[in-house]
This record gives sequence, C-alpha cells and structure tokens, in this order.
Amino acid sequence: MTNKAGSKPAYELLGLKAREYDDICARLGREPNYVELAIFSLMWSEHCGYKHSRPLLKDLPVGGDCILQGPGENAGVVDIGGGLAIAMKIESHNHPSAIEPFQGAATGIGGIVRDIFAMGARPIACLDPLHFGSLEKARQQFLLEGVVAGVAAYGNCMGIPTIGGEIHFEDSYEDNCLVNVMCAGLVRHGDILKASARGEGNLILLVGSTTGRDGIGGASILASAEFDETAGEKRPTVQVGDPFTEKKLLEACLQMRDEGLLVGLQDLGAGGLSSSASEMASKGGSGIDLDISRVPLREEGMEPFEIMISESQERMLACVIPENEEAVKGICAKWDLDATVVGKVTGSGRLRVFNGAGLIGDMPVAALVDEAPTYLVEPVRPAHETDEPLAEGHYPQPANLNEILLTLLASPNICSRRWVWQQYDHMVQTNNALWPGGEAAVLRLKGRRQGVAFTTDGNGRRCYLDPRRGARAVVAEAARNLSCVGARPLAVTNCLNFGNPEKGGIYYQFKEAVAGMKEACRALETPVTGGNVSFYNESFGKAIYPNPVIGMMGLVEDTGRIQTLAFKEEGDAVLLLGSARPAMDGSEYQLRIYGEVAGRIPDVDLELEKKMQLLVREAILKGLVRSAHDVSDGGLACCLAESAIAGAVGVVIEMEPGRRADILLFGEAPGLIVLTAVPADVERLRGLAAGLPLRKIGQTGGGKLVIKAGGAAVVSVPVAQVEQAWQGSLEAMVSGKK
Amino acid sequence: MSALSQTKNRTVRFGIVVFPGSNCDADSYDAVGTFAAAGARYLWHKDMELDGLDCVILPGGFSYGDYLRSGAIARFSPIMKAVRRFAGDGGLVIGICNGFQILLEAGLLPGAMHRNEGLKFVCRLVNLRVENAVTPFTNKYKQGQVIRIPIAHMEGNYFVGAAGLAELEAHGQIVVRYCDPSGEVTKNANPNGSLGNVAGICNRAGNVFGLMPHPERVCDPVVGGSDGRGVFESIISSIAQARI
Repeated sequence: MTNKAGSKPAYELLGLKAREYDDICARLGREPNYVELAIFSLMWSEHCGYKHSRPLLKDLPVGGDCILQGPGENAGVVDIGGGLAIAMKIESHNHPSAIEPFQGAATGIGGIVRDIFAMGARPIACLDPLHFGSLEKARQQFLLEGVVAGVAAYGNCMGIPTIGGEIHFEDSYEDNCLVNVMCAGLVRHGDILKASARGEGNLILLVGSTTGRDGIGGASILASAEFDETAGEKRPTVQVGDPFTEKKLLEACLQMRDEGLLVGLQDLGAGGLSSSASEMASKGGSGIDLDISRVPLREEGMEPFEIMISESQERMLACVIPENEEAVKGICAKWDLDATVVGKVTGSGRLRVFNGAGLIGDMPVAALVDEAPTYLVEPVRPAHETDEPLAEGHYPQPANLNEILLTLLASPNICSRRWVWQQYDHMVQTNNALWPGGEAAVLRLKGRRQGVAFTTDGNGRRCYLDPRRGARAVVAEAARNLSCVGARPLAVTNCLNFGNPEKGGIYYQFKEAVAGMKEACRALETPVTGGNVSFYNESFGKAIYPNPVIGMMGLVEDTGRIQTLAFKEEGDAVLLLGSARPAMDGSEYQLRIYGEVAGRIPDVDLELEKKMQLLVREAILKGLVRSAHDVSDGGLACCLAESAIAGAVGVVIEMEPGRRADILLFGEAPGLIVLTAVPADVERLRGLAAGLPLRKIGQTGGGKLVIKAGGAAVVSVPVAQVEQAWQGSLEAMVSGKK
Repeated sequence: MSALSQTKNRTVRFGIVVFPGSNCDADSYDAVGTFAAAGARYLWHKDMELDGLDCVILPGGFSYGDYLRSGAIARFSPIMKAVRRFAGDGGLVIGICNGFQILLEAGLLPGAMHRNEGLKFVCRLVNLRVENAVTPFTNKYKQGQVIRIPIAHMEGNYFVGAAGLAELEAHGQIVVRYCDPSGEVTKNANPNGSLGNVAGICNRAGNVFGLMPHPERVCDPVVGGSDGRGVFESIISSIAQARI
C-alpha cells in the first residue's frame, strides 16, 4: 500500500514497519484499508502497544494485600481501609510539552485526570515531576515558564490541588524535556468503575467535547519517534486543553457513577476513539460497532480515519444499558455537555467501524489490543558505565566549604521551588495537612484521623551512571520521603522515561532500571499499580538520562501526628540515622563544582532501609522525633541547611574525622536520615532503634549553620545568608537576572 | 439539602451558588458545616430560588471557564438575577475570589480586576489587616487585627477610579487590606498589585462583601489555620442578632 505521492508506503508514514504491516495483513486475511491502517498504526505504536517494554514489565511486583486494581486499567487502585481506596497513575507528556509547553503540559494534566475519574474516583491531588535543560538558556526558561503555567491553568481551573512533584535541570533534557504528571483520586470500593464494554446491545455513548483535527497522530507520530530538526512541524499533533469542559465532564461522570448508570467508563486519550473503543471491548470480552457519522464534530470535512484517531481532549466513552440512555443524556444536558450514542456492544469480538450504513473498518479486537508485536533487543552496556567508584582524592579538596554550600543551595536542582508551587493552587479541596516544600505531601481524609501521603522521585543522573542502582535508590528515596512525614509506603505508579529502545544501550538501561525497580519494590513491599513507558526521548540521536520516575503513595495513621523537615526548637539533639558512605559519584556537588558526571554511585542497602524507615515512622507516631529529613541532593550539609531554613533555627554539628570533610558534607549516598529529638527522648529513641546505626552529630540552636570536623569549623554561615542563597535563586534564574 | 433539614429553625441558613466551573463550593459547604449554628445548601446556577436563606456565598473557581474575563459571563446567569434581588432586599452576600470577581462584574460592588501584577497565578498565605470590624462579615475580628488567610488567583489586582477609591475610603468600605506580619500596609506585602493593597470591600449598605482571600480554607488547624472562622462567625452572629 503506498501513499498518494507514491514515495513511501502509507504504513511507514504512519510509523509502522514492513513486517508489522505484513503481520496486520495476516491477522486480517487481507490488506487493511486506510481507516484500518490508521487505527492499527496507533494501537501498535510503542506508546499504546508497549512493544519494547511489555516483556520486561511483566516481572514487576504487582500484587499485594492492599491492591484492588493493578496494571491494566486506567489507573491502579489501592485500599486504604474503611471502604475507601486511592486511584493513582502517572503518565508522561514529554514530546507535546517540548513542542508547545503550555498546551502540552495542560493536556497532560487533562489526560491523567480523566484516567482517575474513569475509575470512578474524585481526583484529589496532582504531582508533576519536570525535567529541563540548563536554565541559563532562554529556551529552557521559556519551557519551564510555559509548562508550569500550563499545569497551573488546567489543574487550578479543575479545582484539583497540585501538591507536589519535583524539578531537575540537566543538559541531557535540553531538546527533550520531561513533563510527567501524576494524579490521585479518592473512591469508595463499591464505586470503582472499570473500562469495560459488556452486554450485547448495550450502548456506547461519546460524552463531552466535540471531535476535531487536533492531536492527529499524537501517539504514533509524536510520542513514538525521536525528535529531529522537523520537530516544530509536529505542532499540529499537540492537543489543546479546555479545563472548564473537563471540570463539567468530571462532575457529570461522577453523578452518573452515583446514580449507578454506567456499565463501563473509559477516557479518550492517546489514540482517541480507536484506542478507547477497542480497549473497552477487550476488557469486556466483547465487540463494538461504531458509527462515526454520529460523532459530533467541531469542523467540517473530516475524513473517517481522522474521526477515529483524533485526540481531541475532554471526551469520555460510556457503556450504558439502553434503559439508562435518557438518564445519562439528562445529566449531560444539566452540565451542557454533548452525549451521543455512537455505537453498541456486540458479541463479535471485533471493532467494526461504520460511516452511516457503510462498513469502513472491521478488525479483531484482540489483534488491536493484545497482539501488537513485542521486541527483544540485545542489551549493550554503555561505554560510560564503570564498576569502579572514584577514588577519594580524584578531585582536589576545596579550601572554602562555605562557598561550596552556598553554591549548592543556590543550584537550580536544590534551591527553593516556591516560585513554582505558588503558581499551583495547592490548597483547594482543603485537605492540605502539610504545605509544599517538604519531604512529601499529606492530605487529610475528611471525617477521619487517617490521611494519605504522596511523593514523586526521579534521578536520571544517577541512573545514567548505574541504571539498576539508580532505580533501586529512587524507589528507596520515595519510600524514605513518605516515611519521613510518618506515612507507611503502600504502592507505586511509575513513569519510565528513556531513549530509543531499538538501540542496545538504551534497552540495557531500561532492562537494568526495571530490574532495580523490581528489587526495591519487592524489598520495600510497594507493588507497582501501573504507569507509563515513554521511549524515544531522543533528539538528534542523543538520548536523555534514563529516568524511571516513581510516584508513591502512603498511609498516615493520624494526621495529627505527622512530621516535617523543619528544626523546631533550640537545644534539640541532631541525630544521623543510617550507615551509607557519601560519595562524589553522581552527586550534585560533582556536577556543580567539578562539572562532571562520573564514577559509580553507591548502592542502597534495602534491608537496612526498610528497618530504618519503620523506625522513623514509629518514632514519629510516638512523638519521639521533632523533625525528619532525608539526606539527598547536596548531601548532609544541604539537608541540614534546609531544616535550619524551614525552622529558622541554627545548628552546630560535629563530624567524625577520618574522611575528607567536603565529601562527608556534600557527597551523596542513599540511606541517610537526619532526625532531631528533645534531649530527654534520645535514649528512648536509641532503644527503639535497637541497634540500627543512629548517632548524635550535634544540636540545634544559634543563628548559624556550623559544621565542625575534628574540632575546627569547616562551615559557618548565618542561617539568614543560607536562606537568601536558597530562596530566591530559581526566580532570579527564570527571569534571567542570574 | 440534608444539612438544612436536619437542623433547627434557629439555624443560620447559607446558600452556596454552584456555577459549572465553581471549585470552592464544596470547601465552603464543608467550612459552614463546622459551625453548629449553621447549615448550607447548594444553589444551581440555572435556578433562581433563594427561599429561606440568610446568606448567599458566591464561591471561588472559574464560573464559566473564565476564558474571557473572570466573572464576565456569570453576571448574566439566572441565579445572579436572584442574588441581585436578594442583596437589594438587604440579604447578606459574600463573594470569595471568583465570587468577588463576579460581584464586581455584576455591579454589586464597585471597581474591576486586572491580572495580577506579576502575571502569574499566586497561591499562598497572606496577612490581612481588618480595616472595618463592624461589618456583618468581620464583627468577630478586632479593628486593625492581622489575620492569615490564603489567596489563590490570577486576577486579584483590584482597581477603581480615584473618585471611587475616595468613596470607598470615606464610607469604610475597604474591609481588609494586604499587610505585613506586623500590620503595616506595604508594597512588599501586596501579592497582586491591587490598588491601596485592597483585599476585600463591601457595598455602601454593608450587606455585600467581596474578598480575594479564601476564609473557607482556614477553618481547621489541621489544614493550616483557623483565622478564616471569624468571617463565618461574624455572619452567624450578625444574623442571630438581627433576629432578636
């Protein structure tokens, strides 16, 4: 089959390979027509078909006592007791955002929010992990501003608080920013909806916005290919968001749920009607007949294939028994939304597409949904990886550690994110038990003592040096963040951002990262409830850092007994929990001061990690600690500085001699937590620690951050100066003042 | 509805307007629910019935999407006809954030909103100085008291002409202003560029109040404070007083 110009075959222009085309012909028993080919090209795209990831992802731990819904639905669902559950999911919207940051990010939010209410859950929180290139470049400032404004515009209008996320800046993301979006929702067990179309003769209603030409080829052309100099020409594949319509759609769908009107509900995302209809039929073990002549359109002259693959936003597909058609339409009329019967459920196991009376497409559902080919690639360990950590003397020891501290605190990867989170409505719904800027976000559950906590974590730089260790560390850090506020980690949703998996080096990174994630999720008992794989994050042949981003949720027993990272009072004992040895390799210190990313990152001790986190949670619940902060980017010194700033309380620390002070203070290693306690509680805390590595390293007080090594102060800076370096840095960089 | 039917006759009855893009309606409902002497019910924007209500809340959100100008379409909605009549009869009306914007567009309060000076959405706690503590909405605060209440908006940069401002000043209609923690009204304490640091105003009669900050968000210490309770306590108290 060739296109009109006769140059390349049509399947190739749609992103399919020759053997995939042959495979489709074999499954149909004939050549597909153009409508069918367009549909197959989406369903068999990497984005929808998980062609390179499926064989590896099946090894991830997915089961657990609290898992009500694992991977495979629109979102995972986690039991939190008392008949309530949390639906959660993370996704990427990287390529759309790189081309059009505002709409790319906005529609990313729109998509993930629909996934959550498709499960029957009311969205209660968004978290957005973002990765950009260096902020010294105007393009990156533009991307950051646009993405943050897009997230804000959509989330704020929907009335869903954006309560967390993270931002990293590395050259690796310069031509390929990462915009990952996570949403969580609250649902009663009995209200959970599934995306299935069941019951022959039941109706398929398209609800919400009209269908237009926006987002044609989003999943195939945009999301499943590398960028090159033509990237800008792909702008028409980016959708445009309308959060007001989505807000109405949300309320209408939840009202249908409350009135028990739905057999199944599915959002229209990547792949539009094609993907939604075939997935609903697949999950229901049924078939669907669609009549595209009934789809309300927003522009004239749309081709049938365009109607089938349009990614116009703010649309849902509902499966309804015929008796409930009028009730569903009544609710939609109340909210001024279109609701149109566009098809019906059949027992054929086929997706049949009609244009009025004429049959224009007829495909087996299983072929579309389950039978996309999978590929195994020979993994090749990239040449930059090494088994050898750097020697302690690899870099010269700097003379002035005060300067290093202030430089690191002002680093775009460490400085205050206030400029960002103030643009997000993080309080709407009035559940915010903690302000942003802490270890993790905590939401109360109205009418209960319990609460839920969320965090997202990713560290591409560490994964670049060692994807397996990096992934283990990222999962452990997410769990540690939750434990530091007092929440018990329950489950994970992941967004796996990688380069082109057809290349051995990238496939190796993916395989190793999945293996690391598997080990850590198993050890910490946080099963994976689903997520998203984003491949082809490459531009001009250069891939981003491999970046498995983890979204994790936890349960808080009592929102009156949570903890923050801020020092509370003068005179509290400062304790360091953990035995990890900080290293230069892969640290912010190495990057910022020595301009390198090299060596081998330390591995996390998962068994010790689990015990440490349990201790921290127990200590918080018993009221034995007054602050808890994970040692992360910028090492121990930056960790202490952040606690001092947050509490406006100074600290005096005495380090044990023996290693280079700069590496002890600014080096990084997963598995260290700084705790503070009233001196009278320290012995009880030690008792609770029962032999875990816990040592007193100083006490809070005074107006300075003082760190002594062998008696001499190697760092001594007033807290006010520390705060100044940390607080205004991001804003100054975005506005080009720095 | 249920909240009302379960409460006694003496209950102060709040009506909370729900536009399709309202998103602080439930928060306002929940906030009212924390007061034993109050009950609330929702008012759909296509309806016009306000029977038996003591106070109408126009909540925060994006009424009809607000892609044009915040509140510009909401002023034409059926419920706003009823609210206008209700206010004309002396009923208490409070507009919070988007509700304030709608009151301005509807002409129930003087002035208009520009985009924030920084051209960005701003969500954070601010300090407010109570400039008039004898309104039905602020009588539980002390004159000059500094309270901490969050803002969350893109268009809160209040503007009114010189004559209008003089009028507001002369009649004590500026109810709350942005200030620093010590109560000083400074430029630095102004989060959005609003004229004279105005955060909230009332009409000449004193029964219609609009403010950008969200008192309903700080009615429970678990979520960051309780300084907003005074607004609801004031309304409940003034209605109870009026009944005696």
